[in-house]
Amino acid sequence: MNLLVVSGPPSSGKTSVILRTAAAFKNRGLKTGVVKFDCLYTDDDLLYEKEGIPVKKGLSGALCPDHFFASNIEEVVAWGKKQELAILITESAGLCNRCSPYLDGVKGICVIDNLSGINTPKKIGPMLKTADIVVITKGDIVSQAEREVFTARVTAVNPGAVVMHVNGLSGQGAYELSTLLYDEEQDIDTLEGRKLRFPMPSALCSYCLGETRIGEKFQLGNVKKVDWQESNRDM
Amino acid sequence: MSQSIRAKKMGELMEKYPFLEDFFLQNRLFTQNAQDFTLEQYLNSLSEEEIEEKALDIRKIPEEMEDYIRQVEEFLGIREEQSVSSLTILPGYTKDKVPESFEKLRLVPSQITSIVGPTGSGKSRLLADIEWTAQADTPTGRTILINDKKPDLKWRFSSNNRLVAQLSQNMNFIMDLGVREFLEMHAQSRMAAQPEETIRRIMDAANELAGEKFSENTPVTGLSGGQSRALMIADTAILSASPIVLIDEIENAGIDREKALKLLVSEDKIVLIATHDPFLALMADQRIVIQNGGINRILPTNSEEKVLLEKLSDMDRTIQKLRSDLRSGKALQGTDISL
Ligand SMILES: Nc1nc2c(ncn2[C@@H]2O[C@H](COP(=O)(O)OP(=O)(O)OP(=O)(O)O)[C@@H](O)[C@H]2O)c(=O)[nH]1
Ligand SMILES: Nc1ncnc2c1ncn2[C@@H]1O[C@H](COP(=O)(O)OP(=O)(O)OP(=O)(O)O)[C@@H](O)[C@H]1O
Ligand SMILES: [Mg+2]
Ligand SMILES: [Mg+2]
Repeated sequence: MNLLVVSGPPSSGKTSVILRTAAAFKNRGLKTGVVKFDCLYTDDDLLYEKEGIPVKKGLSGALCPDHFFASNIEEVVAWGKKQELAILITESAGLCNRCSPYLDGVKGICVIDNLSGINTPKKIGPMLKTADIVVITKGDIVSQAEREVFTARVTAVNPGAVVMHVNGLSGQGAYELSTLLYDEEQDIDTLEGRKLRFPMPSALCSYCLGETRIGEKFQLGNVKKVDWQESNRDM
Repeated sequence: MSQSIRAKKMGELMEKYPFLEDFFLQNRLFTQNAQDFTLEQYLNSLSEEEIEEKALDIRKIPEEMEDYIRQVEEFLGIREEQSVSSLTILPGYTKDKVPESFEKLRLVPSQITSIVGPTGSGKSRLLADIEWTAQADTPTGRTILINDKKPDLKWRFSSNNRLVAQLSQNMNFIMDLGVREFLEMHAQSRMAAQPEETIRRIMDAANELAGEKFSENTPVTGLSGGQSRALMIADTAILSASPIVLIDEIENAGIDREKALKLLVSEDKIVLIATHDPFLALMADQRIVIQNGGINRILPTNSEEKVLLEKLSDMDRTIQKLRSDLRSGKALQGTDISL
């Protein structure tokens, strides 16, 4: 079984791209399944179901969805094996744009959209920087100039990645993307012992643990303050 | 090579590769005071805190810089070569796996080809085949040649060297910038050799196409539909590096479509237009008729059609004249239309 980890900011077109790509896999006789991770709510499972794609969803609720991903991915793989999938795709929530759920030796795909503005590549951390493939969507609604500037900035952040343009509505580019994703050689049985490509933040503060009261004396652990002295160029 | 780049002074690197400024900026690295440090020293000078904050992996940065330098140099190199002198489509199959009947179709710069056919017939698929430089590896089985040869994979994978630029009906500007700043930003990302001159040419060309003139200070999001379209076309013609332009209809409102196509062609682009508009279809030198996923016919625009085009062109001009008379407050007369 192949495993693909798809990540990207909210509403960037992850589901649209996965659906279009899965259609191309289906034409090749490859069975695809999806596990969608989100925080509070998602309807994506219905979209996959409608296309006859086996799907599971996992809501992290009060936990960081990327930490939740890391603690559940083993079981996800077991589910995929049981479904006898040729390709298992995980769709992440990508909430804070910092973390990357990518694993060593597993293709990591970051989906971002042209509409999110040309400063987005700079704002997204390892989720963009450590991806193998960057898929840019919504090129159908912005000008050629903005597409070019956006692509150039993505390249500056992640020069090693293959950058693909996919139209999530018409599917243009999805077939081409599918040819880069499936690897006949890869057969993932278990992920035990594999590593995250980039560590998640080590931060743990009292608010992570359920504290609700505001004020210095309730702040324990890894607390960080806005620097009010420095010129604010870093913020 | 990573070893040697690590030992280079930051100042030297920046001088040799000025475009690295953008690399550092996009990676949130501030290098102003690091001129005399080697890259290695600079990276080691970042505090552990800063590294975690900015989510950096400093071991990988030298390698990434090399990738970036290679990509940009490749991009600059290709631009020098003036690389695409022809695009050839070799036949594949229709949706029913019947072989397409044309022998081969060779398109050259300054040539306009229109694509016509019913909804769902495969127009977008043809455009996608071109963009991907298909090698009998798409659902149509078509093969694309560049300069009569099997194309270099760079056309598929290098992010700055897109073979194809696209213009379509639904496109809008979304950046919150004035026209001039907008063009400066695009020129910078294209590494234009003479940005000032280029920007002036785009402004002139865009104002030539638009019904109403606009200035460099107008915010791009405040342009009218016609003005935006005019700016997009002029910018794509003059500043985009892609040798092929795909157009998905250019609507009538407020721009001179004949001049727009002539502008693209004058910049040595290969132009393809998917359209239902007889004026645009006949403006082309030839048209491709698509049916059931296959290229069914290739028709050169014949002399009778050229005569028709003249008439359509007169109609277009008449309508534009009426529009401009209306705008300037004149009363129109029956004799204003003489068809
Ligand atoms: N115009 C245009 N719209 C797109 C494109 N790709 C996706 N969309 C639209 O963008 C919206 C969000 O797309 P989704 O695929 O649901 O995005 P997502 O990343 O899966 O969203 P979440 O899972 O909720 O984070 C939908 O309305 C899509 O139809 C595209 O290429 N062009
Ligand atoms: N030769 C072919 N063989 C197999 N499938 C094909 C072929 N040509 C096109 N298709 C498929 O047919 C579908 C419709 O094609 P496409 O989207 O290109 O149509 P279109 O002419 O652009 O339609 P519209 O006018 O609605 O934009 C697509 O899924 C495409 O992949
Ligand atoms: Mg989704
Ligand atoms: Mg189409």
